[in-house]
Amino acid sequence: MSASQVLFDAPGPKARRNNVIISIVAVLLLLGAIAWIVFKFAEAGQFEASKWSPFSYTDIQGVLLKGLGSTLLAAALGTVFAMLIGVIFAVGRLSTKRWISLPTTIVLEFFRGLPVLLLMFGVYYLGSGKVSPLVAVVTGLALYNGMVIAEIIRAGVLALPKGQGEAATAVGLTRGQTLRTILLPQAFRSMLPTIIAQVVVLLKDSALGYLVTYQELLYAINNIGRDYQNLLPAFIVGAAIFILINLLVAAFAKWLERRLSRSPKKIK
Amino acid sequence: MDAITSNLGLFASGFWGTIVLSFFTMVGSLIFGTVLAAMRVSPTPVLRAAATTYVNVVRNTPLTLVLFFCAFGLPYLQISFGNTTDQVSFNYAVLALTAYTSCFVCEAIRSGIATVPLGQAEAARSIGLTFTQSLRFIILPQGIRTVVPPLASVIIAMVKNTSIASGFNNKELISAMNGVIELRGDQVPLILAGTAIAYLILSIGLGQIFGLIERKVRIAR
Repeated sequence: MSASQVLFDAPGPKARRNNVIISIVAVLLLLGAIAWIVFKFAEAGQFEASKWSPFSYTDIQGVLLKGLGSTLLAAALGTVFAMLIGVIFAVGRLSTKRWISLPTTIVLEFFRGLPVLLLMFGVYYLGSGKVSPLVAVVTGLALYNGMVIAEIIRAGVLALPKGQGEAATAVGLTRGQTLRTILLPQAFRSMLPTIIAQVVVLLKDSALGYLVTYQELLYAINNIGRDYQNLLPAFIVGAAIFILINLLVAAFAKWLERRLSRSPKKIK
Repeated sequence: MDAITSNLGLFASGFWGTIVLSFFTMVGSLIFGTVLAAMRVSPTPVLRAAATTYVNVVRNTPLTLVLFFCAFGLPYLQISFGNTTDQVSFNYAVLALTAYTSCFVCEAIRSGIATVPLGQAEAARSIGLTFTQSLRFIILPQGIRTVVPPLASVIIAMVKNTSIASGFNNKELISAMNGVIELRGDQVPLILAGTAIAYLILSIGLGQIFGLIERKVRIAR
């Protein structure tokens, strides 16, 4: 039963009437709010065709595409390195040797406690102009999200039935082999939807690149907006692109989750 | 060391700026997030749809873009609050951070409402409480107590997110750091470490406080 159904009965005649009244009031308030926003936009002249027509020019579309490409490049590189860092740190934290697990935990908690932007600025400044903004963005994204993914993978391994590890030990696999061939693949699989949700976070955080002069989508939006005096339309177009990509990734995660959950290989 | 010690005042004001920004955002997003959560579970389909749309749209927009819209877009629409430039930037930042964080607060509270046993809501209805009453007296008090841990991570993430406001004329830790680095380019690692420690103090400190609250309000079921 969903949360919303817990709270109220099937509505009777009085509740239905109240519901209609509340709905009408809510619709009026919402319409009012939308009308006010539209009015504000119109007042500022943001609906004029000249503000929107630039988006039909091929060179503007080119600028947007180039920005989008840079955003996706940073996000893709960030994801690959975050996965690598995630697996390495998850294994480190799961180690039974204290001299491995303790420093791993400290480093992990350190990077997880910092803003991504600080990590990006850190690389940017430490490289003192010799590293490209892309490197700063990717390092920041990979370090922070890698630590988060490490915790996700670790939680996945800990959630596996104990028998999996015991059986692996019983057939003579070493600790490392058990992790690599038995535990990690299962944990990765069961945690894949959560990991993809983290990739959405990573993709959104790539917009931070704007602040460290990486020329990504937001940078392109800003440039178009300043050149054509249409910052708000540019903003709306850019937001739509970001939202679309994120919803696509989230839908992919949902599809994957459904697919994995009906897999015949599932362990009882 | 002198890059830190001689610029302690700048760092302190940045630290304070982060705290003030976080505080106002926290209060605002807890209130607005709870309202959104109540809308998402309400019997009125219109309210549910409105809140769901809002959450899905804003949650999938990068925070940098939300801040960008508030800081550069709202002035175009002649919507601004405050008298001085600093104040206006600050209010835009609080607005953007609140609009964004509320979505995550809403989702956390909603998941908490789902953990309240069905019998609680049925009992509330059977003694004749209305939707609002049962939400206010029975469901939310229990739901909110169970969501202290996820709310804590939302708040801690929000505090770290205030760093993005540095790009939009706000005085906080990152802008203080950038300022000090401009003065003392020779001691970059030290300045970075100082800023990192300041953030760690905030996030670890908040984690401790929320841990305390969690132990205090935990419900035995």
